[in-house]
Amino acid sequence: MNIAKKILLTLALMASGGAVVAAEQYIPAIDYRVGPYAAGGSGFFGGAIDYMTLVNINGGINGVKLIWEECETEYNASRGVECYERLKSKNGGASMVEPLSTGIAYGILDRVAQDKIPMTTLGYGRSDAADGRVFPYVFPLITSYWNQAAGMIKYLGDKEGGLDKLKGKKIAFLYHDSAFGKEPFPVLEAYAKQVGFELLKLAVPHPGNEQQSQWLQIRQAKPDYVILWGWGVMNPTALKTAQRNGYPREKILGVWWSGSEEDVVPAGDAAKGYTSMTFNTPGNYPLLDELKKKVYAAGKGNLEDKSRIGSTYHMRGVTAGILWVEAIRKAQEKFGKGKVMTGEQVRWGFENLNVDEAKLKALGALGMLPPVKTTCLDHEGSGAVKVQRWDGAAWKSITPNWVVGDRAMIRKMMEESAGKYAVEKKITPRDCSKEG
Amino acid sequence: MQFFLEVLLGGLLSGIMYSLVALGFVLIYKASGVFNFAQGAMVFFAALTAVGLHDMGLSLWLAVPLTMAIMIVLAVAIEKIVLRPLVNQAEITLFMVTIGLTFFIEGLAQAIWGASVRKLELGIEDVPLEFLLDNAGIAISQFDLVAAGIAFVLVAALAIFFSKTKVGRALRAVADDHQAALSIGIPLQQIWVIVWGVAGFVALVAGLLWGARNGVQFALTFVALKALPVLILGGFTSVPGAIVGGLIIGASEKLAEVFLGPYVGGGIEGWFPYVLALLFLLVRPEGLFGEKIIRRI
Amino acid sequence: MFYREAGQFKATYAEDSQIFPIRQDRIGMAIILLVAFVAVPLFASPYYFSAILIPFLIFALATLGLNILTGYAGQLSLGTAAFMAVGAFASYNFMLRIDGMPILIAFMLSGLCAAAVGIVFGLPSLRIRGFYLAASTLATQFFIVWCLTKIGWFTNYSSSGVITAQQIEILGYAFDTPMSKYLFVLIVVSVMALLAKNMVRSNTGRSWMAIRDMDMAAEVIGFRPMRTKLLAFAVSSFYCGVAGALYAYAYLGTVEPEGFSIEMSFRILFMVIIGGIGSVLGSFLGSAFIVLLPTALNVMFHFLEKDLGLELPSGISSSVELMVFGALIIFFLIVEPHGLARLWQIGKEKLRLWPFPH
Repeated sequence: MNIAKKILLTLALMASGGAVVAAEQYIPAIDYRVGPYAAGGSGFFGGAIDYMTLVNINGGINGVKLIWEECETEYNASRGVECYERLKSKNGGASMVEPLSTGIAYGILDRVAQDKIPMTTLGYGRSDAADGRVFPYVFPLITSYWNQAAGMIKYLGDKEGGLDKLKGKKIAFLYHDSAFGKEPFPVLEAYAKQVGFELLKLAVPHPGNEQQSQWLQIRQAKPDYVILWGWGVMNPTALKTAQRNGYPREKILGVWWSGSEEDVVPAGDAAKGYTSMTFNTPGNYPLLDELKKKVYAAGKGNLEDKSRIGSTYHMRGVTAGILWVEAIRKAQEKFGKGKVMTGEQVRWGFENLNVDEAKLKALGALGMLPPVKTTCLDHEGSGAVKVQRWDGAAWKSITPNWVVGDRAMIRKMMEESAGKYAVEKKITPRDCSKEG
Repeated sequence: MQFFLEVLLGGLLSGIMYSLVALGFVLIYKASGVFNFAQGAMVFFAALTAVGLHDMGLSLWLAVPLTMAIMIVLAVAIEKIVLRPLVNQAEITLFMVTIGLTFFIEGLAQAIWGASVRKLELGIEDVPLEFLLDNAGIAISQFDLVAAGIAFVLVAALAIFFSKTKVGRALRAVADDHQAALSIGIPLQQIWVIVWGVAGFVALVAGLLWGARNGVQFALTFVALKALPVLILGGFTSVPGAIVGGLIIGASEKLAEVFLGPYVGGGIEGWFPYVLALLFLLVRPEGLFGEKIIRRI
Repeated sequence: MFYREAGQFKATYAEDSQIFPIRQDRIGMAIILLVAFVAVPLFASPYYFSAILIPFLIFALATLGLNILTGYAGQLSLGTAAFMAVGAFASYNFMLRIDGMPILIAFMLSGLCAAAVGIVFGLPSLRIRGFYLAASTLATQFFIVWCLTKIGWFTNYSSSGVITAQQIEILGYAFDTPMSKYLFVLIVVSVMALLAKNMVRSNTGRSWMAIRDMDMAAEVIGFRPMRTKLLAFAVSSFYCGVAGALYAYAYLGTVEPEGFSIEMSFRILFMVIIGGIGSVLGSFLGSAFIVLLPTALNVMFHFLEKDLGLELPSGISSSVELMVFGALIIFFLIVEPHGLARLWQIGKEKLRLWPFPH
């Protein structure tokens, strides 16, 4: 179709105006494809959009097609809020939102509750938002920072042959000096007291492109492990500086923001042997093949660079897509199959999500992500993580099973923190026994 | 003591890396009185172009000169389109225009080469020198030494260029007063192209070295922030000042972070150099080597 | 023709010293206020309130603050976002720790806190000038954000290091809808803009301008540079502090210290320069330009892509937006190096002469 024809068609459509009823499930994609974190944004949203495209090709969710609209935020909180406000009421209203940015998530935290639009924060944002009684509209699905930190200690303990073997060891915590980097403090401190290891906290000022002094301190202190809680350019810089100071990369364990191809490739050989957390098991899955065959072969793929299919961020985006679609599917089961769900109905779907292994197998994604089962109390739904190692060319999983830390302890901390928030904001927590 | 030495040396070597970026600022400020906010973006653009060409299959020996040619084209374009209409405008307007340039260059770089993170190998090993590690127990990277060498050569060349050549002297005249320079027959347009071209070259060198260190990605634009305290300390108009300032800033920020940081919660590297530079300015308002500011009524 | 002051005589001193001595200006201002207070609330949608108008007004206030310092007193500063952060975190703590604290008083006090910080960080300006001063105000920027991140007390020991602004409530009325928040911000901003307009015409403002134009000469004729400069820092920081409090309370709701980043300081400086240095009107124009333009470009590109079917690879359009934004800044500066406010002045001149250009 040539452009002139399209213009005419558009004008005709505009003239017919509101007559077109949206019979589609609409999801705004508040993403970022330029700027310092563009690699993450384009990979993640690329994955999510690819998956939604695939669902549409396969006939939608019980016949309901998905539509989405992108808006560039440049990872900037006020641009993100503007995007959210602009997109939320289009196409009959947004059914959910995922900003993949802590700042934007905070900026729209109150707004989503007011607008009754559920927000997922896959693996970032407030950890205590997992308490669904205080945060009914926020879903830190799969793993919050706190459970991830607990998983890290669990893994290190397993590696030593038991958590008690960590006693007397020294663990350095190298973190991005921001709210994000400080988030796991309470968990790590609690563990340090309980198990009896020494915790050495080292702050790296933003953006973290220069870390000589921190690594010299590490060289001096000779910790048994280094936990890397980094972001963006801080990650390759950490690995390079570790190499420059002769610290073995095998003993560095990164958070999931430090565990993508984009974080290790720039470090070159310095990254070989480095381990990081993830909530996707790296590898190939029937689902990814289906994406390649049906979406990319038809020229509908979202990624420019096809070699990024199945990369960490892309797979995480696909994971997000799976959970979104399953939440909508779940909502349809309750509120009517083949209908378009409202934000509130999708919220119910997110709260009663049950993506078990059978379901994942049917999707062709068995093992790609842990089974997720949410409740009114628990908006996280899993808390499981895996550890992966970079072999110089690809990530390889090195824990055959999902790693789960002391969830009971974390749960207690979450409830305390959420309770404090509720008091400050004068929120009365929901009574979960009354939720159906 | 040995640890102290190690921190000091590490700081000095990091400082040289800051100087490389600071040099670009100094060049343009010295020759046109413009504080070029776009220098960080130029570093990013140059490195990304070189790596992009390299990834397309060109050898580095070809990609780097080609990038240099592109940087010269960029310099000509900037002079023709942006600077020429703004001759003799206020400093702050020129500053703002370079901010516009920053957005443009950042957008351009990402539009052409995409947003993905790239790796750059210059063929210099970034591992501690074994000789030093075995004998003195000090870890000094080979890469840092090479970078320091390059920086020194660059500075020496530029210092000679500014003080000994005719073009260099003309540059200094332009910085003092655009109109006066024009009226005595200094070809302002040519001078600006030359200076932006040279700044582009410095950006390319800085970009390649920083890119090889941390990967070529958008965050390269942030290295400009590391260069600012160096500029204040060394003086906006002094080439040797950029090097000396870099050394002082690098060494003192590392020493502060390692020996002072643990008492206040760490992470003080972000602001310490600025505070240091500030305190220094209170004593010498024109920086270490800056031209003395004489004010008359 | 349309804008002619001929025939308007000033008979008394009071008439001569009013803010808007020309009738057309008074009418224009009245129309603007009428539109802002009546027409906009009647017709705008919640999207415009919460995504466009509120941030526009808040940034205009911050820009006004910086303009007082940079435009009127001639001191270049890159620490604006830090002063905003001080305002936001101070009002959070006032509200949290003192029971029954009225919100307006909290805002005033937080402004005063910012002013106090501003005075401390303004001290170097007594010796340092120009870009040296600008670069050293970055010390403020990094140091304050570092303090807010490091010292748990400021965030009430929140594990996430963020603060959540309390509800805005005055005399039992809760400002919780986008429109009521807009009106609240509008009132605060209008009052403060009026005060600023008056201040810059007064003795204080003239002393700032004297220092700006040539500080040594000003000193010789009897202005005290220390007092004048520090006052400029204090007033400017006060404005920024209140803007920061509004940013947290009426706009975002939950803020982290890193949100007040150096990028934000730069953005506000852009607004000052694009709008027009040393102009109250320019502060509003600059804020409008920088807040609205990226959004407008984004909407335009969406239109091009979706409706005209110009399929660009994802990511390219974002980059092109950035390029167009940069190019427009350059274009405007080449057309009018003194900012948008000067364009308005030229426009007024044209209106006065029209239709006979001589």
